[in-house]
Amino acid sequence: MNPHLSLNPLTDLHQMTVYPFMVNALEAGTIVALMAAFAGWFMVLRRETFAGHTLSVMSFPGASGAALAGLPLSAGYFCFCVLGALVIAVSSRTEGRRNLTQESAVIGAVQASGFALGFLFLSLYGGILENLEALLFGSFLGITTTQVHTLGAITLGVLLFFLIAGRPLFFASVDEAAASARGVPVRLLHMAFLVVLGLAVAATAQITGVLLVFALLVAPAAAAQQLTARIGLSLLLSVAFALGIIWVGLTLAYFSDYSVGFYVATIAFGLYLVCRTARALAPRLSFGDLVRA
Amino acid sequence: MTAAVKLADAAVTLGGNAIWSDASLEIATGEYVAVLGPNGSGKSTLLRVLLGLLPLSHGTVSVLGRSPTQAKREIGYLPQRHAFDASTRIRGIDLVRLGLDGHRFGLPRPGRSVEQRRVDEAIDLVGATSYARRAIGECSGGEQQRLLIAEALVAKPRMLFLDEPLDSLDLPNQTAVAALLEQICRSEQITILLVAHDVNPLLAHLDRVVYIAGGKVLSGRPEQVIASDTLSDLYQSPIEVLRTSDGRLVVVGQPDAPAHHSDRHAHP
Repeated sequence: MNPHLSLNPLTDLHQMTVYPFMVNALEAGTIVALMAAFAGWFMVLRRETFAGHTLSVMSFPGASGAALAGLPLSAGYFCFCVLGALVIAVSSRTEGRRNLTQESAVIGAVQASGFALGFLFLSLYGGILENLEALLFGSFLGITTTQVHTLGAITLGVLLFFLIAGRPLFFASVDEAAASARGVPVRLLHMAFLVVLGLAVAATAQITGVLLVFALLVAPAAAAQQLTARIGLSLLLSVAFALGIIWVGLTLAYFSDYSVGFYVATIAFGLYLVCRTARALAPRLSFGDLVRA
Repeated sequence: MTAAVKLADAAVTLGGNAIWSDASLEIATGEYVAVLGPNGSGKSTLLRVLLGLLPLSHGTVSVLGRSPTQAKREIGYLPQRHAFDASTRIRGIDLVRLGLDGHRFGLPRPGRSVEQRRVDEAIDLVGATSYARRAIGECSGGEQQRLLIAEALVAKPRMLFLDEPLDSLDLPNQTAVAALLEQICRSEQITILLVAHDVNPLLAHLDRVVYIAGGKVLSGRPEQVIASDTLSDLYQSPIEVLRTSDGRLVVVGQPDAPAHHSDRHAHP
């Protein structure tokens, strides 16, 4: 049976959920969107989007390294993303403070060596990496129930981190010097955040693909922060946007021939554009507090 | 009454270099004090010593009659910083709240009225009520500085340390913030210690000046310290203090004239 998008959401949902692989994809997508929304929100606030992008690139040497070693691809993703996070965290600070100039240089170097290692592993592997396109641009086919459970456990850990360390992390993100003077372990939090970001990126990349993971990480948070300066509302919007993007993306991918990564990135970009435009027009249209605040 | 700050025969060494030594100094509770001196003379270093972030290499220090680390919780501290840029999408009121519980780990607690009232009071005290709910990036430099002062004040500290709070403000705002701090100092009976590179906006308000230059620390009433003979002695070179017709003080002959303070942001 070839699925066709009808205008009845219930019929569409029924069509999508008849196959177990699609149920897995929807579950994994929902889990990943939750995690990406929180990690991305702090990433945008801390101006560490370049770090986020580089960590997503680390999935490439991760995947090819895992193929070479005969390990599951996701194990490679997680190892390399966390390793990249640690390298960036350790070498981007001077005299105990964030050094933005050094940070971007270090991140660039990490990204270049990530690509280089990826190619090295690929040529050592000799063969052609199966599913290279899915690796780069994402696929919702073949997400196993075990994978869903793993993603769920990681997301639980990540959300717990933000629940417990969220306030001091926010403090350190907004005003590191003041936070440090008040006894917030800013260095440790920076490292912990990058590791958590690495985990979130590795998890998200399994659905959106290595090259497009960034869309789900950055767009919901950036769009939400355009609309409001309230912390709670901004986080809530970020989550809602991420869920919306992944659900619509998966639905369209299911009913069409194009990859889920394409849809996720396109919808995410469109959403950000709309929110920016709304904010730019807000003073003239007086949309109220949500946009102006 | 115990002194708010007491240094006896104190010295600081950073990376093998003596920053200043033989510093003896007493600041009484409730005083409004400016720490002055050329770049790199160790003004911020003094604040860091008093906050317990840096140990003395010699001598003793006490803050509120205790060691700096013990007194730390009763000090509001506003580090030197650059302005928030326009894209910072955080409300001033949330920033002020960080001064209360930003350092605490743990689950977020839903809006507790006691804390919210403290935040509102602190914002009211600095006169920031009308813009505290705007994104801080959209506030002017003077507005941002008032919100940051509220952040430092919100936990009801007994002392307030500010590192170059007038830096990056235009002249009317420098004067206004200097006056606001005096008003807070008097009404809340908080001892205020602030690092500044220009004494003039502060001159009418200060109780005491701590002047650091040439590895030495001098303290006294502003007109005592900022005088030709005192500063000449401190710098060990001829310095002239001139008073303009509008009451401003001009220090002439300083090795490090304020005309080129490009390295002002470098940490000593």
